Amino acid sequence: MHSSGWGRHPTIETITHRPATRQGLTRALLDMPAAVIARGMGRSYGDASLAAHTLCMTRFDHFISFDIERGTIECEAGITLAAIVQLTISHGWFLPVLPGTGLVTLGGAIAADVHGKNHHHDGSFSQYVDEISLLLADGSLLRCSRSEHSTLFHATAGGMGLTGVIVAARLRLRAVRSSFIEETVIASKDLASTMALLDEHHGATYGVAWLDVNHGGAASGRGLVMLGEHLSDGALFSPARRPLAVPVDLPPGWLGRPVTFAFNALYYRRGARRKACRRVHYAQYFFPLDALHEWNRLYGKAGFLQHQCVIPTLAARAGLAEMLKAVSTSGLVSPLAVLKGFGPANHNLLSFPQAGLTLTMDFAMSAATLTLFARLDAIVVAHGGRLYLAKDACMSMATFRHGYRQWEIFQEIRERYGALGRFASLQSQRLGL
Amino acid sequence: MLKVLIVGATSAIAEATARRYAARGARLYLLARDSERLANFARDLEVRGAASVTTALLDVAQDFNADALLATAHAVLQGIDVVLLAHGVLPDQRACEQSVAALRTAFEINTLSTLALLTPLATQLQAQGHGTLAVMSSVAGDRGRQSNYVYGASKAALDAFLSGLRNRLARHGVHVLTIKPGFVDTPMTASFKKGPLWASPDAIAEGIVQAVDTQRDVVYLPWFWRFIMLVIRSVPERLFKRLSL
Repeated sequence: MHSSGWGRHPTIETITHRPATRQGLTRALLDMPAAVIARGMGRSYGDASLAAHTLCMTRFDHFISFDIERGTIECEAGITLAAIVQLTISHGWFLPVLPGTGLVTLGGAIAADVHGKNHHHDGSFSQYVDEISLLLADGSLLRCSRSEHSTLFHATAGGMGLTGVIVAARLRLRAVRSSFIEETVIASKDLASTMALLDEHHGATYGVAWLDVNHGGAASGRGLVMLGEHLSDGALFSPARRPLAVPVDLPPGWLGRPVTFAFNALYYRRGARRKACRRVHYAQYFFPLDALHEWNRLYGKAGFLQHQCVIPTLAARAGLAEMLKAVSTSGLVSPLAVLKGFGPANHNLLSFPQAGLTLTMDFAMSAATLTLFARLDAIVVAHGGRLYLAKDACMSMATFRHGYRQWEIFQEIRERYGALGRFASLQSQRLGL
Repeated sequence: MLKVLIVGATSAIAEATARRYAARGARLYLLARDSERLANFARDLEVRGAASVTTALLDVAQDFNADALLATAHAVLQGIDVVLLAHGVLPDQRACEQSVAALRTAFEINTLSTLALLTPLATQLQAQGHGTLAVMSSVAGDRGRQSNYVYGASKAALDAFLSGLRNRLARHGVHVLTIKPGFVDTPMTASFKKGPLWASPDAIAEGIVQAVDTQRDVVYLPWFWRFIMLVIRSVPERLFKRLSL
């Protein structure tokens, strides 16, 4: 079967194994003729879930237990975050960290140690995971946590599935009194003011800026800073809406300069003009793109690449300005770009977030895009930053080793648990893991 | 409280349907082949709000005692409001052309076991004077095509049986629902190339629950299959036999 990540580049012929029981999963793993990688909803953008053999985990989508008093829940790894919140919200509990889509699996969220709009206060997803049930290369199941097999826990959280197969996990939830968020939108006129606004509103629970990176010159990096707070009134319910779908692959090139410019200008103007404060349902606030099923088809068959880096606080201003300049001189356009502040890094060996600013930009796939990405990667490295493995499709081994200084410890732990050569993806091979 | 019996409970569509009933606080009795999957699923449904979940093993490819099985289910549930028969296989058409044994197995699982369950269930529901018998058929049963006529025929037999049963039970207040899904993205169809006509198991489950609630007789899921099949059924046989379908 033909397989790819969310960005649809690269693609690979893969044999997908779809076990439905732990027994079946163990047997599939032990009988595997080559290295394998677990795959959930396929929402990582590049090649992190690609291999000649993949273990599809989506049939492991069951709740195991839910302590409604304490707000802890245990689920199998193939359940989506959207499905978890859909259940817990009616009992007044919420996932403490949500990425930009609810359509990622729990296992994927742990493996990529995903972050949300509240990283600057609350850290990343794995910080609310108390225990991971991990299937090791030898077929045994190990429960790891911060107190038991803690090195394995810190290698597995953020470890991109390279230590074993995450089968289940137990997490802590956050108490909420409403399914609504109060969203505040503030327009900014350039990169410096966007950064200043994010900094000024550091106290907001959720904070992120949509960025127009296609405008060269003075208005480069203008944007809309979007803040959010949980409301305390309003019913506790999950959405019933069914998403619209993009039915076909759109022709390549339509998301070019004119359309991107027009979309960004309109979006900016609409955001700047709208009432600054409004009530939105959590699904609309956290997962705006989930309302458009298979939106990756907007980029056509060739797909797209997403560049997401973090640059440490002190170097952020210079680094980001240089990146925006590289984009504008490349002649390429990014239909969607986002900037947000990160809090400190956690103890995981390969987790992406670290104190600084993270910039995310989408580009239609082309040879010129790869050239631009090499240029952007060099700027990131020069400013002491790193790239998000869940989005990456093309960074070099050197760029990776620069950004993830603990990669050798990660490899040692993998070796100790027999994972080397048994769990591998196109990405891990490219990065020398 | 709604009392629901599901056969083939670990099929993707049945799982999605059971979850919807669990969210309504139903009491559930589940039958399927695999004990590990049943146990996992039962816990899942309890977390989702089911009043109680009881499971039992049933392999419809083997001989089974439908009367005893249903008596137990009836006793545990204390009555039955909704029955969903969702077990089935998609047989390898080629294999069935070469081997009568493979053909028999397909009919054993899809057709005969279903009739064996429906017969005592009809008596039971007729006696209690209410309830719904919902059975998974398929759009494939509407017309045989060379690519899967064994599967289609095994489902077409159900269609005729259900139509007769509906006619018999209507005056006794028992609702018989024939469910005809189109292409559904399930483990059964994992190897197929997917296109815009494909639906998720949850979308089908939503349609099933709604059809049970509104007492529909025959339901195509999603709805547009009713029109696709109308067209397919109306092609004259003389022309149809030349098509590569």
